[in-house]
Amino acid sequence: MKHELNPEKWVDLYSDYLFNYSISRVNDSEIAKDLVQETFLAGLGALKNFKGEAHERTWLISILKRKIIDYYRKINSNKGKAEVRIQFNSEDDNEGDWLETNVADPFDKTAEDQFENEELGTAIYNCLAKLNTKQADVFKMKTILGMETEDICNDLNITASNFWVLIHRARTTMAECLEKHWF
Amino acid sequence: MKKGFLFISCEEAIHISDKAQYGEASLWEKFELKLRLSWCNITRSYATKNQKLSEVFRKSNLKSMGNKDRESIKLIIQQELKKQQ
Repeated sequence: MKHELNPEKWVDLYSDYLFNYSISRVNDSEIAKDLVQETFLAGLGALKNFKGEAHERTWLISILKRKIIDYYRKINSNKGKAEVRIQFNSEDDNEGDWLETNVADPFDKTAEDQFENEELGTAIYNCLAKLNTKQADVFKMKTILGMETEDICNDLNITASNFWVLIHRARTTMAECLEKHWF
Repeated sequence: MKKGFLFISCEEAIHISDKAQYGEASLWEKFELKLRLSWCNITRSYATKNQKLSEVFRKSNLKSMGNKDRESIKLIIQQELKKQQ
């Protein structure tokens, strides 16, 4: 099956997925946002290179991975170098490949936990894609961002009862979908 | 005893169950829901799934970018696509 790219839908479909992937590696939401934006822009610049062999999300993740590596290279080559040097305890530490061995590994997490979280994240995002835009917006704002009901109603210009109807429909769809694919 | 006092419909119970997932159900509502859960299988089944869904989200520790950030990236993408046309 040949996959196609739909850049107009990238933000709605993949921004949160990429953001979570990114934030789990860089631990800074502002940097994570920048990396997601850079990923989309790099994707737009490379549209012609897409061969259709991978799903567009997989393709975007592979770009994001490069962006994360670039980010760590950048901080290691400037400010990062200075910060790492301060942590040396003896003269011996200054020998050899100090940068590679002393800079925190960006992927230094318990592999199993991370794998399970990523699997769960993927299952959740696949299910979120089944919601209509309004349900998804309301559900994400409430459940993931933890916003106040009143603020969401004001932002989206909906009544409280409308809000709860949307939440109920979203929760029902999400529970059914995750029951099939995760529980 | 008036009808409605202590008795809530299935729809009302489901609504309270939804609100409870976000800490927005009052103590009285939670009491009414518990009473309903003690004898209504439909409500109980919904409440169990609802609770499970909340637990999954807590466990996943997912973050979202927020609408403003998403809209600004959308705008940048649209501008970039226009340039490419």
